[in-house]
Amino acid sequence: MNAFLATVRRDLLLALRRKSEVLTAVFFFVIVTSLFPLGIGPEAVLLKKIAPGILWVAALLATLLGLPRLFATDHVDGTLEQMVLSPSPLGLLVAGKILAHWLLCGLPLVLLAPLLGLQFDLDASALGILTLALLLGTPLLSLIGAIGAALTLGVRGGGVLLALLILPLYIPALIFGAGAVEAHIAGLDASGHLSLLAAMLALAVFFAPWATTAALRVALE
Amino acid sequence: MRQSIVQWFRFASPQSFYPLAGRMIPWFWAAAIVFGIAGLWISFFVAPTDAQQGEGYRIIFVHVPASWMSMFIYLVMAFWAGLGLALNTRVSAMMAQALAPTGALMATLSLVTGSLWGKPMWGAWWVWDARLTSELILLFLFLGFMALQAAIDDPRRADKAGAILALVGVVNIPIIYFSVKWWNTLHQGSTINLNKAPSMAQTMLWGMLLMALAFWMYSIAVALMRVRAIILERERNTEWVKHALE
Repeated sequence: MNAFLATVRRDLLLALRRKSEVLTAVFFFVIVTSLFPLGIGPEAVLLKKIAPGILWVAALLATLLGLPRLFATDHVDGTLEQMVLSPSPLGLLVAGKILAHWLLCGLPLVLLAPLLGLQFDLDASALGILTLALLLGTPLLSLIGAIGAALTLGVRGGGVLLALLILPLYIPALIFGAGAVEAHIAGLDASGHLSLLAAMLALAVFFAPWATTAALRVALE
Repeated sequence: MRQSIVQWFRFASPQSFYPLAGRMIPWFWAAAIVFGIAGLWISFFVAPTDAQQGEGYRIIFVHVPASWMSMFIYLVMAFWAGLGLALNTRVSAMMAQALAPTGALMATLSLVTGSLWGKPMWGAWWVWDARLTSELILLFLFLGFMALQAAIDDPRRADKAGAILALVGVVNIPIIYFSVKWWNTLHQGSTINLNKAPSMAQTMLWGMLLMALAFWMYSIAVALMRVRAIILERERNTEWVKHALE
């Protein structure tokens, strides 16, 4: 467990020394969500209807933006090989890296979402559901994304390839995440969507670090 | 029993699988042509005109087998990929690689024929129906698998990375399918319900089954031809390939 916490702390420390990289993804999220009203028009009713979808799609893309960095720098300077050789299980270290990635790329999106939701005229309870759905969904995005990041490590055109591999796998998270907010706005109970999101998160917490570890071993052999 | 197991594993080596595949290919082609002719004959001349849909419904004889095959091929591909990952057998991974383009072709065919059928029947080329959407996502999964394998130069790494992706995809397919299905019922976008298809005439069913068999045999034949090409490409520096091509 110490190794896990040490990895989280190390990744956070490294990121905080290069703040711009983290902030880029956050600003990307803000800009993308602001582009939609400009493209569609300032009609409040329509914007309110599509707000959950827009915020979720923007969150997917913003998560994707930070993913190539998850393993790339450690791969270049050899840290990743040392992690593979270290006596602590690689899965634990990978889980630590994923958690750090979520804290840096996912959590800011969760915290910003209510603010951006206000632009789309969502009411307070809908904003609450949106935040809750993102809180359950963004770790899922980081976990699934880590598999793709490991598979495309050091591969030509890795960034675009990563999007091609991972975005189809993000579809369930998008459907239930945006669906929760839409159901709430429509006056239905959102708990079913949130439960499914939580179930997928539980599944991913168990399987994703394991698959990522396998992919990393393939990439490094 | 022990004898038979040893016999099967013999074909895990590219050298002994290459001639075996070569011997099997003509049979599968022949079966594909026979089933295809029989299936087309039934679907064009024997099957009655549909009371509601007219002659246009006949596209289902291509559409339904193509959809079946696209899903089935993904499972078979994941099976070979997983086997290659677990047992480290080279031919298994090559088989997975050889199946992917055929699977993508079937998914594309299913989408294209589906939209050609949808325009006269539903009045729209595309409906965000659960099945259409899942088929589209399946196509994306095939393309992702092929793109990943193409991007990695080292064939061994490409095999293993592709295998992990295929297995992750297999775990995800049911989740994707059900999420799309629930998403569809929540939105109630299309009023057309595919499940309420009128009960099918016996001859139509036969035509569809024969066409499915034809597609199946075709897929096997093409995959075997492709795997032979892959074997030659990867083993080009070995002695037996030089003799095999003489």
